[in-house]
Amino acid sequence: MSDHVELSNLTKTYTTPKGPVVIVKDFNLRIADGEFVTLIGHSGCGKSTVLSMLAGLNPITSGGIVLGSRELTGPGPDRGVVFQSPNLLPWFTALENVQLGVDQVFYTASREERRQIAEYYLTVVGLGDCLHKRPTELSQGMRQRVGIARAFALSPKMLLLDEPFGMLDSLTRFELQGVLMELWTRNHITALMVTHDVDEALYLSDRIVMMTNGPEAFVGEIMTVPWSRPRDRKSIMEHPDYYRMREELIEFLNVRAYTLKGQEPHGSHAAPPSAPAKAMSPVPSPANSSRAPDLASVA
Amino acid sequence: MRSKKLIDLLVLPLFGIGLSLLIWHLISGATVSRVLPDGTTEEIKTGLVKDLPGPLMTWEKTRKYVVEPFAKREDLDQGILRFTWYSLVIVAKGYLIALLLGTPIGFLLGLSPLFTKLFDPIIQILRPVSPLAWMPLGVVLFAGTGKAANELGALFTIAICAMWPTVLNTAVGVRAIPQDYLNVARVLKLSRTQTLFKILVPATLPYMFTGYRLSLGIAWLVIVAVEMLTGRIGIGNFLWNEYNNGLYTSIILSILTIGVVGFLLDRAMSLLERRFKTA
Ligand SMILES: Nc1ncnc2c1ncn2[C@@H]1O[C@H](COP(=O)(O)OP(=O)(O)O)[C@@H](O)[C@H]1O
Ligand SMILES: [Mg+2]
Repeated sequence: MSDHVELSNLTKTYTTPKGPVVIVKDFNLRIADGEFVTLIGHSGCGKSTVLSMLAGLNPITSGGIVLGSRELTGPGPDRGVVFQSPNLLPWFTALENVQLGVDQVFYTASREERRQIAEYYLTVVGLGDCLHKRPTELSQGMRQRVGIARAFALSPKMLLLDEPFGMLDSLTRFELQGVLMELWTRNHITALMVTHDVDEALYLSDRIVMMTNGPEAFVGEIMTVPWSRPRDRKSIMEHPDYYRMREELIEFLNVRAYTLKGQEPHGSHAAPPSAPAKAMSPVPSPANSSRAPDLASVA
Repeated sequence: MRSKKLIDLLVLPLFGIGLSLLIWHLISGATVSRVLPDGTTEEIKTGLVKDLPGPLMTWEKTRKYVVEPFAKREDLDQGILRFTWYSLVIVAKGYLIALLLGTPIGFLLGLSPLFTKLFDPIIQILRPVSPLAWMPLGVVLFAGTGKAANELGALFTIAICAMWPTVLNTAVGVRAIPQDYLNVARVLKLSRTQTLFKILVPATLPYMFTGYRLSLGIAWLVIVAVEMLTGRIGIGNFLWNEYNNGLYTSIILSILTIGVVGFLLDRAMSLLERRFKTA
């Protein structure tokens, strides 16, 4: 079902009152079939812009995107999108929200089958008891579960997630990361997710794409996350490499996101953008304390 | 807590009504007869507003319309609610036309910038025109229909005056639909009809109902003017006839009835409106 994706020389220019601004320039990335990639970068660097071009909701200025063997030309249900706020339609129940897309994609199936598909995905995300509740009756976390179910229920070729857990408290965020992994493990859909949480990126990704600052942002570095799946949060956090890889990501955001663009890093960066969710691993062993070029390679 | 609500919702308004009745009573005039020294009697008017009948006199003189509200004695002598019913029927028809015309026009305005540029100025010009100005045109337009001309002219007037709030509120509602909802439609590749009925209409519903409520208020305002001009039987016509007969108590009864009915219609519509506010 799923497919590889190729973004080549993707460029986006917005026309602003002050003239055209090139937000993203020559963004190159190939995502393998069934791979889970996260995109990190400073706020405003253009992560959502890249994702919305992939979703087909934002016109591409130049360059191109190929999904499978087809050049993308617009939005479509072959890409499931999960937004930061789940964008549920408030006049529909959870089930109707999911079924709206299912009816559209599986129009050849019977009504009963389509309802079962929607019910199945809602049950997998833990909402089996809330099928007929409206979004206003659901908590923020539950709404995002519906959003995830809605995206997966379309059996898309690709999954696009834009900071889907950004508005949730950390406990709910952990839960939903688990739900996302559970669903993704079953389907192995090619996925690109924007996040600003480096721990989340390390837990979920096969590779982490680090974007430089804007304007004219591009892919700065890519880190491969080698751990086998399914992953256990506790054991990867205790992995001897975890702390170093985390530092590497933060170091990129604090220094190389600027220097790769020829900008001055902002003052001192004593405080990392997000504190580790768990006590950091003990003193790194000497073997791991140096940068490992096999994990972080300059694109 | 409950007793506070009872006081707020019932006791205080009733007290206010009582107070208003008292003021009405105090300022109203009365006619008293006086026997003059030469044995003849003279009628003189007293009171602050000499020609305003007081509440008691109003009740006495108009009770036959109220105690048998649905009676039909003659064409121009019927129970007050029977007159009201005639008016409500034609208001309902005209209002329905207003909604059927106004809602799609509102959607077109909200969806198409071109349509807005073309027709918004005309709408802004026609909107403030009084029903008294539309009515003669309505009758002329339907003059060819003979006896039905008055009725159709009345419907035309009610519809064209009442539809503007629906048009404008619907347009505002359509323009206010969050881009997020429209993105859902785009990602799912919903057809035009599906987008209309699954996204656009539900998202606009709260605004549409605000328009519907305001339109109903206007339709009810217009009916009195329409009936005065056409002589079509109804509450407005009753008021006008009684004015010509010099029966001012009936005017007051009509005003109160029109007000109460308008109030009830508005309450009913806001209950409906609130049901759709959750969206
Ligand atoms: N429609 C638009 N018109 C003009 N500028 C925009 C528009 N959308 C986003 N931008 C600008 O593009 C930059 C990148 O935005 P975005 O992709 O949302 O960043 P991110 O998701 O990385 O925080 C920001 O500086 C933002 O102000
Ligand atoms: Mg963003």
